[in-house]
Amino acid sequence: MARVVVDVMLKSEILDPQGEAVLGALPRLGVTDVSSVRIGKRVEIEFDENARNVEEQSRVIADQLLANPVIESFAISIEGA
Amino acid sequence: MTSYVPVDTVGVASATPDEKQPWAELGLKDDEYQRIREILGRRPTQSELAMYSIMWSEHCSYKSSKVHLRQFGQKNPRTPRLLAGIGENAGVVAIDENIAVTFKVESHNHPSYVEPKQGAATGVGGIIRDIIAMGARPIAVMDSLRFGAIDHPDTARVLPGVVDGIGHYGNCVGLPNIGGETYFDPCYQGNPLVNALSVGVMPRSRLQSMQASGTGNVVILLGAKTGRDGIGGVSVLASATFSESGEDDARPSVQVGDPFTEKLLIEVCLELFDAQLVVGVQDLGGAGLTCALSETAAAGDGGMHVDLELVPLRAKGMEPHDILASESQERMLLIVDPAKAEEVLARAHRWGLLATAIGTVTDTGRLVVDFHGQTVVDVPPKSLADEGPVYNRPLAEPNDLGLIAVDRAETLPRPATDEEIRQTVLDMAASPNLCDKSWITEQYDSSVFGNTVLGTPHDAGVVRLDERTGVGIAISLDGNGRFARLDPYHGAQLALAEAYRNVAVTGATPIAVSDCLNFGSPEDPHVMWQFERAVTGIADGCQKLGIPVTGGNVSFYNQTGREAIHPTPVIGVLGVIEDVARRIPLGLGRTGDTIALIGTTEEELSGSEWAAVKHGHLGGVPPKVDLDHEMKLADLLSRLAETEQLAAAHDLSEGGLAQALVEAISFSGMGAQILLPEGADPFTYLFSESSGRVLVVIPRGQELAVRSACESRGLPITPLGVADANTDGLHLRDHFDLSRDEIDAAFKGRIGARLGE
Repeated sequence: MARVVVDVMLKSEILDPQGEAVLGALPRLGVTDVSSVRIGKRVEIEFDENARNVEEQSRVIADQLLANPVIESFAISIEGA
Repeated sequence: MTSYVPVDTVGVASATPDEKQPWAELGLKDDEYQRIREILGRRPTQSELAMYSIMWSEHCSYKSSKVHLRQFGQKNPRTPRLLAGIGENAGVVAIDENIAVTFKVESHNHPSYVEPKQGAATGVGGIIRDIIAMGARPIAVMDSLRFGAIDHPDTARVLPGVVDGIGHYGNCVGLPNIGGETYFDPCYQGNPLVNALSVGVMPRSRLQSMQASGTGNVVILLGAKTGRDGIGGVSVLASATFSESGEDDARPSVQVGDPFTEKLLIEVCLELFDAQLVVGVQDLGGAGLTCALSETAAAGDGGMHVDLELVPLRAKGMEPHDILASESQERMLLIVDPAKAEEVLARAHRWGLLATAIGTVTDTGRLVVDFHGQTVVDVPPKSLADEGPVYNRPLAEPNDLGLIAVDRAETLPRPATDEEIRQTVLDMAASPNLCDKSWITEQYDSSVFGNTVLGTPHDAGVVRLDERTGVGIAISLDGNGRFARLDPYHGAQLALAEAYRNVAVTGATPIAVSDCLNFGSPEDPHVMWQFERAVTGIADGCQKLGIPVTGGNVSFYNQTGREAIHPTPVIGVLGVIEDVARRIPLGLGRTGDTIALIGTTEEELSGSEWAAVKHGHLGGVPPKVDLDHEMKLADLLSRLAETEQLAAAHDLSEGGLAQALVEAISFSGMGAQILLPEGADPFTYLFSESSGRVLVVIPRGQELAVRSACESRGLPITPLGVADANTDGLHLRDHFDLSRDEIDAAFKGRIGARLGE
């Protein structure tokens, strides 16, 4: 069984209001030595045991459904087979 | 490790006059580049080149439209209500001796195609900042949307994204969305139109100026940090060091907004205005700092000096031209007396917003920008903001217009039997442009603030301004690209007449206009001809109606390849209503109330929804427009609203009487018994789109009074039937019945179903 993890992040130059909000909240916790927070999403996909072309299919899923390629980038990692 | 980035300074530019510059890639023409060199007496630096290319672009300079837009100023009726007009961030009109409102409609078409959600969201954000910049508190938004065919796969990408973006931004910033329009036509397939309107209210004394005046005054940048948003346009200026860094997404053309920062921006600005801490203010819009610096400096009497390294940055390694061109959202530029600068910074800080002094107003007459002590810009600000190129582009009537005019929809085959007409009513109600738009409007908060009196699906949005007096405003946003394609002059006037009538139908008196002119490429003489005709139509129409055009925007290059969109002037009309408690709603009143039609129905089917839906046809000449009649109608409606002699009213437009009845029945939950006038052809009477018609519902006992009010103004009124809670849907006597279930099944739930949701 192949387990695929897709990490979707806003491209580095795109404003991340959510990350900014977290960054802004850190001093209230007494944390003052953080310069940047970026928030993305992690998606775990489990393919059937005899699934084929796992990487290719994962790429299609990530590109067409999970990420908005105009403003987001994604990384795929396949864990075990 | 910081790598050394060589900066192109004024000194370097003077010493290297022959250096090749990418002016053509930046969209400048040969003679425009030569003129920049003449103005400066040397070659421009990279930063200056970036600034000129932005400020002299069609978008900022209005270089193709200026010669025609002058008509608005020349023909605008003089009214003491107009406190600020064209050329300001938004037009301001007085409501009474204390209150003024400001409103404007602006396009965000191209960004909304590239990235629908963020494109539409930042469109809303941008128009809200225009309202703040005039000194007003934004109180509502509206939008006019046009997409390709509803069943085209790309529409399923663009429409939900655009709606999500408008809803996200408007709902988060906390502004009610009080109306607008959504249309589908294949001509917008590769080029959707997203026109956003915002309206704000202020005490008249709070009106702000964009002037950077008073030598020594401090220039403060307020709001979000500056990143590489939307600087794709100047990416050819990237230094080799940067482009080789291997980051593929370093130059995004997309901007992402943050409505929560915008909300803070509203509150900080209003607090600063109220405390009289600000001399001048300008929002940062499409052209970022470049535009804000040059416009404020040009509007002032002196010059300005800016130290660009003081601008708080979000991204590393930004070069001066990046900072100047960045379209990062949620930023404002303030001009402040130095004695008050500290307080301004402190108040911004208290709201959690960044505020940074980045420069000063000078008396040099030059806009000088330094970057780490090196001068990268030294230009006369007016040469950027006011003295850009002006083109009187060639005009040519489209060759096919004569042929189109004789291809009249009145000659198309029509439904003959009652059963066929009955089915046509249902088919039309179910068609994309006429069907219920709740799927879209339900995603918007329409009632936040608690002042929304009428929202969608009423003809106009009505908002209360003052709880004590009940004074309010009504706004409608309308366009009809098909009519304008057939005849841009009258098509534009039909849109104006419809928006005017939609405001009047609520009982409000129309007082001002804002327009968003969406056209193809100005370099195409046919498009330019359409533009000239439409502008002339609007200017003549507003002169006739006695309401001034207060501002708006022009969006050119709306085309896919060589195929331009239909010319689509979208007109926003604002009206004032003395007491919102007396507004006239959509609906059917109570059982026994009389349903009547004011206006004349002629056989006018060309450009109609019926011709498009049933025949895919566009030809002939659009319905006649009679502005004298519209003025009488508006006068009548505001009078009848005051005396509370109408239970409901509804403008007849796309889809004609049939659609107006469908909407009134569906919305009210009442039924209607209708008898068409003797001798009337049922099909024509139901589907003609003759202009200047309003369906009214008259409470029992008021019939004679309403009739005589119509007759004294020379307005024809025809009784059509009665409202009846016990009638199931529409009973068209001698012809057919349509049950409420049939009407709702056709009319409702269509958008979601067609988008596969």
